[in-house]
Amino acid sequence: MNTFRVDQEFFLDPQRCIGCHACEMACAECETNGQFPMIHVDYVDRYYTPQTSVQICMHCEDPVCARVCPAVAIEKDEYGIVHSAKTDRCIACSNCVNACPFGVPRKIEPMDLMMKCNMCYDRTSAGKRPMCATVCPSGALFYGTREEMARRRPNSSPVNTFKFGKQTVKTRVNIMMPKGSTELVVDANG
Amino acid sequence: MATLPASVESLIARFGPSLNFPNPEGIAGRDEPDAVVKTHCCFCGMQCGIKLLVKHNRIVGFEPWEEFPFNEGRLCPKGVQRYLQNNHPDRLMTPLTRVPGRGFDPIGWDPAMERVVSEIQRIQSAHGNHAFAMLSGVSLTNEKSYLVGKFARVALKTRNLDYNGRLCMVSAGAGNKKAFGLDRGSNNYSDLAHAEVIMICGTNVSETFPTLTHWIWQARDNGGQLIVVDPRLTPIARTADLHLPVRPGRDSALYGAILHQLIKRDWLDHDFIANHTTDFDKACEAVADYDLDWAERITGIEKAKILRAAEMWGPARTSFLLHARGIEHHSKGVENVLGCINLVLATGRIGKPYCGYATITGQGNGQGGREHGHKCDQLPGNRDIENPEHRQYISQVWGIEEKDLPGKGLTAYELMEAIHRGEVKGLLSICFNPLVSLPNNTMIREALEKLEFYVAIDFFLNETARHADIILPGSLHEEEDGTVTTAEGRVTRIRKAIDPPGDARTDTSILLELAGRLGEGERFRFQTSEDIFNELRVASKGGTADYFGITYKKIEENMGVFWPCPSEDHPGTPRLWEDRKFRTPDGRAHFHGIAYRDPGEVTDAEYPVILTTGRVVSQYLSGSQTRRIGKLVRQYPEPLLEIHPALATRLGIRDRELVRVSTRRGAAEFPAQIVETIREDTVFIPYHWPGKKSANQLTSGHLDPISKIPEFKVCACKLEPTGKIAPSPDESKAWASA
Repeated sequence: MNTFRVDQEFFLDPQRCIGCHACEMACAECETNGQFPMIHVDYVDRYYTPQTSVQICMHCEDPVCARVCPAVAIEKDEYGIVHSAKTDRCIACSNCVNACPFGVPRKIEPMDLMMKCNMCYDRTSAGKRPMCATVCPSGALFYGTREEMARRRPNSSPVNTFKFGKQTVKTRVNIMMPKGSTELVVDANG
Repeated sequence: MATLPASVESLIARFGPSLNFPNPEGIAGRDEPDAVVKTHCCFCGMQCGIKLLVKHNRIVGFEPWEEFPFNEGRLCPKGVQRYLQNNHPDRLMTPLTRVPGRGFDPIGWDPAMERVVSEIQRIQSAHGNHAFAMLSGVSLTNEKSYLVGKFARVALKTRNLDYNGRLCMVSAGAGNKKAFGLDRGSNNYSDLAHAEVIMICGTNVSETFPTLTHWIWQARDNGGQLIVVDPRLTPIARTADLHLPVRPGRDSALYGAILHQLIKRDWLDHDFIANHTTDFDKACEAVADYDLDWAERITGIEKAKILRAAEMWGPARTSFLLHARGIEHHSKGVENVLGCINLVLATGRIGKPYCGYATITGQGNGQGGREHGHKCDQLPGNRDIENPEHRQYISQVWGIEEKDLPGKGLTAYELMEAIHRGEVKGLLSICFNPLVSLPNNTMIREALEKLEFYVAIDFFLNETARHADIILPGSLHEEEDGTVTTAEGRVTRIRKAIDPPGDARTDTSILLELAGRLGEGERFRFQTSEDIFNELRVASKGGTADYFGITYKKIEENMGVFWPCPSEDHPGTPRLWEDRKFRTPDGRAHFHGIAYRDPGEVTDAEYPVILTTGRVVSQYLSGSQTRRIGKLVRQYPEPLLEIHPALATRLGIRDRELVRVSTRRGAAEFPAQIVETIREDTVFIPYHWPGKKSANQLTSGHLDPISKIPEFKVCACKLEPTGKIAPSPDESKAWASA
């Protein structure tokens, strides 16, 4: 029985990432991922700072990965989860890899497949939290209700509107910004 | 005698370290486990709750344990991968005997035990009881720690028992006993949540205690400010409101200068000082001249930042000070700790909600292990082995004459020196890898080679155990029941998930059988771990670390109980000192006058650069376990020399160039990692690796005069570029370096 909790949302706060890679290792444990993590942690520039950044699939309202897929392998479900490419349809053309504004999908060479985060659908559809957000020791990844987040982080606001030049992207996943923020402008000049 | 029986390379080929990776298709049985066992991680002092999945007597995976109150499911990468130490190809599964030229051959339990006992008796009859020593470690549960302490004193009859906590939190323990009369973090971590200011002194929290980060961030979400004292811009320091990049070895000057400012600005709790403390005048006198100009000169921190720290700390209403090995691994470790405690006492912010102070105990059972077992100067309940009343009480619990209870023995590093001098001739070790973890390890290797007989109990053949005559295969964390005491002072339950594989036995059964064969079986009649715990409860009764009121049932019902807990109807003590009754003889907290002095080794023309050492997030201590887990090794494959670009430029060192690092103890080559996140006068090397990649070839054997902790955090070195660029890290075999 699907017990996906529609009141639960994903909140991403890269500022809090401590670069420990617990999320990647926990993600890779999922048998459907074949020991490849669907979440990625990278140094921003280790020469200057130990700051790392963490990226999961943002689960766009209008997912460009699905729109550019010639094999109609990527689907968004009724809960707003954008699923990884169906293995029997994916032709590993990498259109989605190139099109995603967040750089999320990756072509996994040994399998010749695109794979990406499906927000731990096996867990979330059973009422559990995604593995990465369960283990994250610093709160860079959090899964819960909007009210819970507001109570825990009174000085931050969740934002799910991104401006890439003239293009606006709305996502199911939120990113935490300074209080009062309503959108993240990635490239104001387009 | 205890030289290597075969080449290092051949021993590594047979016993590892080798890397365990999960199967890409997943491990069979994970979807339908036979059991889901709620227990704790086997690594650091956070002791995060975790659920282990068991199938056919194997650990096949994990699930977060979201109900456990400290970590609520959160884990670091070591916790996520911990299950891979189980079913490991390197696992020792049969007793082994050293065969020169061949390495080790299997030997049955009976001949192995006979040989061990006859060698103990031979050495002790020829050279006296204390010529046979024991070294232990605090990855062991409270039950095993207690058993080791009793075994060494009652069955081995030696005073020379010490443990790897000597490299961990003994400076903090000694400082806490001097100031408070008791050795435990004063608060649990929920008191961080609404602290207005948190000062973190010498602790790379996000790499060494990652799950503690949550509690610190929670305070910041509530408006708290964070001060981090560290020579490096660590991941937690990056996020701090104020980072004080202290010159290694100058910590007590910083805390003295902050105290000077608190006094000058009258940011003092006069009522608390007058009613509940002593010797404030001595603390004041010691720092009378420690003005900002002096402090800047000594610590290398801009005086505006030191002043800012005092301004943040002084007038706050609530605060929490945390410290760890960064200030404790010094020949002035106890002084650094007391300097921090002075700042807490001066402002009276202790024993109240959100007013806290604690050392962050490093090892899994660093807290409980040091209270009940294997410390050379302590008896259970954190009693003093030289105190006549304490000796009398424990002798009665153990059923021996007080005169037969050995006295204070040598500390870990001193013990290796005594072996080197030929005074100690036999050794039993468990859960300790001094060849990687002690400083100046060329001396350690020479000492091991001088032993007449060495027996090691372990589950993997660690670098030190390669020198053993007999190896007894013991148990992993998940193979025995017990309890541990977390860094917060919370006693929690370790649950047995599986049996030891092959002919391996539990550590407990090995020690019990040895005790019996040494003729002391009647004093070691324990059937279960709970039996041992119940004797521990009695042994701790009336001591400062009083566990008498703690039972397995009570721990399970409450997800842990904080000691002291003197009676079964007592709820435990999450926050100390609410009653202002300190455990010192006069019932007051004690200030100490801390005059600054230099570290044991300072830079000079020949060795002009400061070397400091520490850890990375993917490895744990000497790496016996974590250098065998594939993904943890891949995350940070080899030790790097962190160096500031200004120093690198001056010396002509390029990124990833192999740099020869020399000290008065030895030399080794490490690839340079050029980063702006370290002081210009300091380089850093993490210490988890063995052999030619061991940072502890370089570190010094200077010890704190009170705690006898070695000075891992500062020595003087020389850097020479070799002109060679290191191969790709992916090609590194540092995890199994010869």
